[in-house]
Amino acid sequence: MADVTLRDVRKTYAGGVEAIKGVSLKVADGAFCVLVGPSGCGKSTLLRMIAGLETVTSGEVDIGGRVVNAVEPAARDIAMVFQNYALYPHMSVYNNMAYGLRNRGLARAEIEARVHEAAQILEIEALLARKPKQLSGGQRQRVAMGRAIVRHPKVFLFDEPLSNLDAKLRIAMRVEIRKLQRRLKTTAVYVTHDQLEAMTLADLLVVMNGGEVEQIGAPLEVYQKPATTFVAAFIGAPPMNLMPAAHAGPNGWADSLPPGAVVGVRPEDLMLGQDAPAGGLRLPLTVEAVEHIGAESFVYGKVSSKAAAGDDVIVRVAADATPALGTSVAVTASRDKLHLFGADGRRLAD
Amino acid sequence: MVERRRFGNLIPHLILWVGIALVAFPVYLAFVASTQDNAAIANGQMSLLPGDLFFETYYKTLFVGTSGSTREPVGTMLFNSFVMAMAIAVGKIAISILSAYAIVYFRFRFRMAVFWLIFITLMLPVEVRIYPTYKIAADLNLLDSYSGLTLPLIASATATLLFRQFFMTVPDELLEASRIDGAGPVRFFKDTLLPLSRTNIAALFVILFIYGWNQYLWPLLITTRDDMQTIQIGIRKMITTSDALTEWPVVMATAVLAMLPPVAVVVVMQKLFVRGLVETEK
Ligand SMILES: Nc1ncnc2c1ncn2[C@@H]1O[C@H](COP(=O)(O)OP(=O)(O)OP(=O)(O)O)[C@@H](O)[C@H]1O
Ligand SMILES: [Mg+2]
Repeated sequence: MADVTLRDVRKTYAGGVEAIKGVSLKVADGAFCVLVGPSGCGKSTLLRMIAGLETVTSGEVDIGGRVVNAVEPAARDIAMVFQNYALYPHMSVYNNMAYGLRNRGLARAEIEARVHEAAQILEIEALLARKPKQLSGGQRQRVAMGRAIVRHPKVFLFDEPLSNLDAKLRIAMRVEIRKLQRRLKTTAVYVTHDQLEAMTLADLLVVMNGGEVEQIGAPLEVYQKPATTFVAAFIGAPPMNLMPAAHAGPNGWADSLPPGAVVGVRPEDLMLGQDAPAGGLRLPLTVEAVEHIGAESFVYGKVSSKAAAGDDVIVRVAADATPALGTSVAVTASRDKLHLFGADGRRLAD
Repeated sequence: MVERRRFGNLIPHLILWVGIALVAFPVYLAFVASTQDNAAIANGQMSLLPGDLFFETYYKTLFVGTSGSTREPVGTMLFNSFVMAMAIAVGKIAISILSAYAIVYFRFRFRMAVFWLIFITLMLPVEVRIYPTYKIAADLNLLDSYSGLTLPLIASATATLLFRQFFMTVPDELLEASRIDGAGPVRFFKDTLLPLSRTNIAALFVILFIYGWNQYLWPLLITTRDDMQTIQIGIRKMITTSDALTEWPVVMATAVLAMLPPVAVVVVMQKLFVRGLVETEK
C-alpha cells in the first residue's frame, strides 16, 4: 500500500515532443485516481512514467515515499493492465499470471495459492489451462486483471483497460474494477478518455489537456465547479454550453464581467420557460434537432436573439416536455447555475 | 466460393497430375535405376520397373562406396552433409535471431550502421567473396574440417532481416509487460520472443537446412580429404570417372539417398510450422 506523488514531472520525448509539461499530483494511499483527457494529452505518457516504462525528463515520481525515477519497473512494486492486455500469447492463463511471480522467485505453493485466489476473485478458474487466444475479449481482460492482482502490488496502473470491450461489458467491468480496488485497498491510477468512466470510477479526478493538468479534484467537485472552460466542456455529456458573456446580455450581471468573459451552463440546468429569473439567463431558441434517449431528451437549438444569434445550445428536457422541431422556445437558467470564466478560460470567483 | 461442379475440378486436377508426373518421373527413374544391374543401364536396356538389386546396391552404396572414384562409402558423405547442413541451419538461426534481437530491442551506437552492414551481407553470398573467404579459411587452418565447411556459410547473418521484421510486429506491450513482470533481456528473449518465433524458426530451418545440404562450390574448395567430402561432391565425383565405367546404380542410389534428409526435414518441420500458422497468435 502506498501513495503516489508526482513533483513537477516533465517529459520531453526524443525528437522534442513535450508530452508532459510539469505535472504535480498526489494520490493518497488506497485512492482511485483517474487521468482523463482528450487523445494525445499525455495520459499514457504520465502513467508509463509512473510504471517506469518511460524515463522522466525532470521532476520526481514518488511511490510510497521512495523516489523511483531510476528504479526498474519490476522493482517499483506496481502492476499494469494494458489496453490490448498484452497477455503472453504462448502461455496458458495460469502461466500468464504466474510468470511475474516466478521471476521474483516466489515458492511454487505460494504462486499457486495466489493465482488461484486471483482466479477465484475474477471467476476465471475454469480458464486457467487455456491460451489467451481461446478467450473472449472480456475474459482476456479478466486475465490481465488477474496478472495484476497476483502480484499484490502497491499500485495498480490501468491504461484504458476497457476500451476494447463492448459498451455493456465495459460498464460491468467498470463496476467490477471499482469493487475489486475497494476490496484490495490498493492505490490505483487509471487512464481513460471516457469521461463517464472517469466520473464513476474516480476518487480523485485529474483532467489533463496538452500535457498539463487542468483540474484535480473529486469527480463531483470537478463537475460542479470546473476550473476552466476546457474542463467544463470535457466533463459532462452532452457538454456544457459555453458562450461569450456578451451573448448572454443585455443583463445586469453580464455587463459587470471583465471583457472576453465566458458564460457556461449545463444542459440540465436550462429550463423551458419564458421569464428569466432575476440575474439569470434567458435564451430564445429555434429547435433544430431532438435526441430522445428515454426518460429525457436533448434539444439542440440555435439562439435566435440578436446578441447571440447562431450560438448552438443543448438543453436537457423531460421526455414529455420535448418541443417539436422547428418551434421557437425560450430557455432560462438561474444565476447560481451559471459558470463564469475569464478571458483566459479560468473560472471567475463565484 | 465458386459453386462446385462435377467436372469443374477435372482440368485443374489434370494439370496438377501432369506437373506431379513431370517432377516425380526423374526421381522414380533414379530409384528404378538404383535397383538394377549396371550392365542393363549402361547398354540402355533399363526396365521401367524396379529391379531386384535394391538391398545389394544400397548396402554397397552406404557402407562400401564405389570401387574407384570416391573411395568412401556414401554413409560417410551423408554424415558429413548432415553435419554441415545442421550446423549451417542452427548456426545461422542462432546468430541471426540474436543479432535481430540486438538491433530491434537495444539502442546502441551505430545501431543502424550495424543493421546495414548485416543487410549488405545479403548481397555477398559465398560465391561472390569466395577468394577472400578461402584465404581466410586456409590461414585459419580450417581446410578439411567441419568448421571450415560451415563457419564461412554461417557468418552471413541473412536471416537477421527476417527475424527483425518479425520482432517489429511483436507488440511493444509484451516487452513492457515482461519488464513489469521482472524479466530482464535474457528472460524476455528466452520466455517470450523465442517461443513466439517458433514458426519462423521452423520455416527458416527448412530453408537453411536445404541451403546447407545443397552446397557444392564451397565444400568442393575447402575439402580435399576423401573422408570429408559431402554427398553433393561425392555424386559428382562418381560420374566424372573417365576410364572406369560409371557405376550407375550406386550413383542413382546416392542421388536417392541425398534427397531423403531434406524431405525428412520438410516433413517433420511442416507439422510444426503448419500448426504454428493455424494457431496464429494475435
Ligand atoms: N514514443 C514517443 N515519441 C515521441 N512522441 C511521443 C511518443 N509517445 C507519445 N508521444 C507524443 O506524446 C503526446 C502524448 O501521448 P500519449 O500517448 O501520452 O497520449 P494519450 O493521452 O495517452 O492519448 P490517447 O488517449 O490517444 O492514448 C502525443 O502528442 C504523442 O504524439
Ligand atoms: Mg494513451
